[in-house]
Amino acid sequence: MKARVHVMLKQGVLDPQGEAVRHALGAMGFDGVEGVRQGKVIELDLADGTSEDRIAEMCEKLLANTVIESYRIETE
Amino acid sequence: MRAAVVTFPGSNADRDLVVAFRNAGADVTTVWHKDSALPEGTDIVGLPGGFSFGDYLRCGAIAARSPITRAVIEHAERGGYILGICNGFQILTETGILPGALMRNAGLKFLCKPEPLTVATTDSVFTQGYKPGEEITVPIAHHDGNYVATPDLLDRLRGEDRVAFTYRANPNGSQEAIAGILSDNRRVLGMMPHPERACEDAHGLTDGKRLFAGLVDVLATA
Repeated sequence: MKARVHVMLKQGVLDPQGEAVRHALGAMGFDGVEGVRQGKVIELDLADGTSEDRIAEMCEKLLANTVIESYRIETE
Repeated sequence: MRAAVVTFPGSNADRDLVVAFRNAGADVTTVWHKDSALPEGTDIVGLPGGFSFGDYLRCGAIAARSPITRAVIEHAERGGYILGICNGFQILTETGILPGALMRNAGLKFLCKPEPLTVATTDSVFTQGYKPGEEITVPIAHHDGNYVATPDLLDRLRGEDRVAFTYRANPNGSQEAIAGILSDNRRVLGMMPHPERACEDAHGLTDGKRLFAGLVDVLATA
């Protein structure tokens, strides 16, 4: 089975990289981009039957730094 | 006084840290990240600067889950001393030994230069050799040194006098210009600037020397 983990900075945590991307888009003439947040996607190839709780544990213990990041798990 | 300096794959300031401890009079052992125990009688653990595991995932994230790091966490729980510099500070926040997180510099650039700091507290073995509010210059060399904490945590750090150093010109956007913080028992210091690179005349800067001299003096007689 496959799972996809989306890791994003929490709301309220300033994202300097996202801001730089927003500025670049504005400079390229893409008007109306009011905010950009940059995150990461981690694809996991897992043994069948791996529970969502187990994946959440992976997120809590390594994949996300929950001090500044939130995560969302998608399983196929 | 016994110091153990940990080397992770990608550490690059481990040797400098060993030399700084040794010149201050410490008995230094080096430890590999796959070791599962610290040398018997370790008083202080040094977590050096560098790019452990290529900064993959997040700076310090993989190193924080290395076998030796379990022993470092236990050392902290027993009240042992730890000095984490640059990547070492990032590893300390990733393990949760120190609170908060270090994000990409606000200006997005890697910064490598001598940096003016203020000694924010002298109430620790690391900073007792300085004068309160003293201005010192120590090199920085990092891409991710932007210290982030919740308002509650910032209140607590301030209230408990746990901010060790602040930047005078905040080069990386750190909240309250924080360059280094102490643990609640004041025995763990994490800092982004490199005091081990400001210890000898040949370095051009010597303000870091008192940090090592002070802590070796205190721990040798403890």
